[in-house]
Amino acid sequence: MVIAAVFAGGKGSRMGNTETPKQYMMLGKKPIIVHTIEKFYINSKIDKVIVLSPAIWVEQTKDLVKKYIGDTEKVSVICGGGTRNDTLMCALEYVKENYGLNEDDIILTHDAVRPFVTHRIIDENISCTLETGACDTVICATDTIVESLDGKTISAIPERKLMYQGQTPQSFKIKKLYEICKSLTDEEKEILTDACKIYTLKGEPVSLVQGEVFNIKITYPYDLKIANALLEGGKKND
Amino acid sequence: MINAVYRLTAPRLLDVCYQDIAINDGKVIIRPLKLSICKADQRYYQGTRSREVLSKKLPMALIHECVAEVVFDPTGTFKAGDKVVPIPNIPTKDDDIIAENYRYSSFFRGSGYDGFMQDYIACDPERLVEIPDGVNLTVAAFTEIISVGVHAISRFEKFSHARRDKIGVWGDGNVGFIIALLLHYIYPESKIYVMGTVHEKLSYFTFAEGTYHVDDLPKDFVIDHAFECVGGAGSRSAVNQIIDYINPEGTISLMGVSENFVDINTRMILEKGLRVYGSSRSGREDFVRTVELLHQYPELSRYFENIVGDEIPVHTIEDIHEAFRRDYSRNFGKTVMEWKK
Repeated sequence: MVIAAVFAGGKGSRMGNTETPKQYMMLGKKPIIVHTIEKFYINSKIDKVIVLSPAIWVEQTKDLVKKYIGDTEKVSVICGGGTRNDTLMCALEYVKENYGLNEDDIILTHDAVRPFVTHRIIDENISCTLETGACDTVICATDTIVESLDGKTISAIPERKLMYQGQTPQSFKIKKLYEICKSLTDEEKEILTDACKIYTLKGEPVSLVQGEVFNIKITYPYDLKIANALLEGGKKND
Repeated sequence: MINAVYRLTAPRLLDVCYQDIAINDGKVIIRPLKLSICKADQRYYQGTRSREVLSKKLPMALIHECVAEVVFDPTGTFKAGDKVVPIPNIPTKDDDIIAENYRYSSFFRGSGYDGFMQDYIACDPERLVEIPDGVNLTVAAFTEIISVGVHAISRFEKFSHARRDKIGVWGDGNVGFIIALLLHYIYPESKIYVMGTVHEKLSYFTFAEGTYHVDDLPKDFVIDHAFECVGGAGSRSAVNQIIDYINPEGTISLMGVSENFVDINTRMILEKGLRVYGSSRSGREDFVRTVELLHQYPELSRYFENIVGDEIPVHTIEDIHEAFRRDYSRNFGKTVMEWKK
């Protein structure tokens, strides 16, 4: 079974003055989250799409799915958690409860605010995870990455050609992911906010899948402006 | 859903743009598997069309020859994973007399309307023809150009008299090869002759009764009907040579595209009572017949496999440029892009 978990957690506190969580803002004629869900919904390799929404947005998210996608059992909207790790655990517990955790089942975790994800990226996440157990979607770093331990002076500048920028999806064999997450102590959970980081620190290999520069994360108002400009930049067919 | 569309914005300049496509308005969502480059795409890419045409039609996604996989079908016509060939012609009005590919009201993908170089393509179900298992997908990628040949032959059936002992094909390129091969299969009793300018290319037409260099035609050579598949600067000499060698009341199918007007010997057209007719593009019934032919004659497919000069996996925009570069440097054969974008 292949499951997609679309993470729509958070309160959108970084969207300037607006109170609306960023994934519910309009991109073209649809909310960002709808564009994202559609990509996983139409992919026949994916058996189930779980949308994890902030508690107070669950009903509205269900409304949006019904309005734009229609009545479907393929998409379920459930409540996410307060942190990324909590949201991940909500997804895993939901799968465990409804389908059981099977050795060969995989889960793709994706940010609701990355609507530009492509069919290829999704397909390669599936094939790569089936083959190697876990993968992360990345692009080559274009900016030099500077490390500073004290926030005042540079402590190191890693070699750029070895640096990548992480995107999503991040994908895993679900049973293994569940076991690893369950083994974390509270202190580890505080620090390990990224599932791939958890794997890496536990010595588990994570393969790389080539992302796209345009698979942007709509985090700030600036990003939304760019996303809208990209979308409206298309010429109308005449 | 946001779709990535790869458009030619200016000659040799490709850019990706993003369009919202609906997933529930009665269209089938397909994804290209293999895309085949046509000479018409190459003319846009190289910028050899007129400035007026380029400024009117670009930016535009190229490619109108494609085999695709059904991703999502809310109409229930197909199931996910089915292999289909999308028809680039999009009729907007019905007409009992004029074929869909000749109507002013029809759109054509890859000519003023975005072609198939996209992440997803939304199509009406009747614009898709299913490819049965066993048909080679690389050949299926250029079903469209084969269907153009099938269409030309269906017009030939309509317009030509019954004496079809000797049929001449002028042109030793891809279209000439496709037409000559289809004629050979559809009219096994007829003798097919191919005329060209490159001996090496003429040697590929092993199934033909005879091949001749245009400068070396036997004096007593005659044909009953002819297909002109030359186009460009060679159109004039090809059409006039056909007029010289064709028997009275024969038909001449014009298939080669020329950017300029072509002087032809109308006196002899009159004197011999010839019928000269145009043929361009194709419609649904031609696609269906083409797929049936490919399925019916597996050896036909093997001939077509042999004209694929390059099959290039496309992961990046640079790979698309490479495919067009290699196609441009080839004097014969098709270039197919395996769509991994």
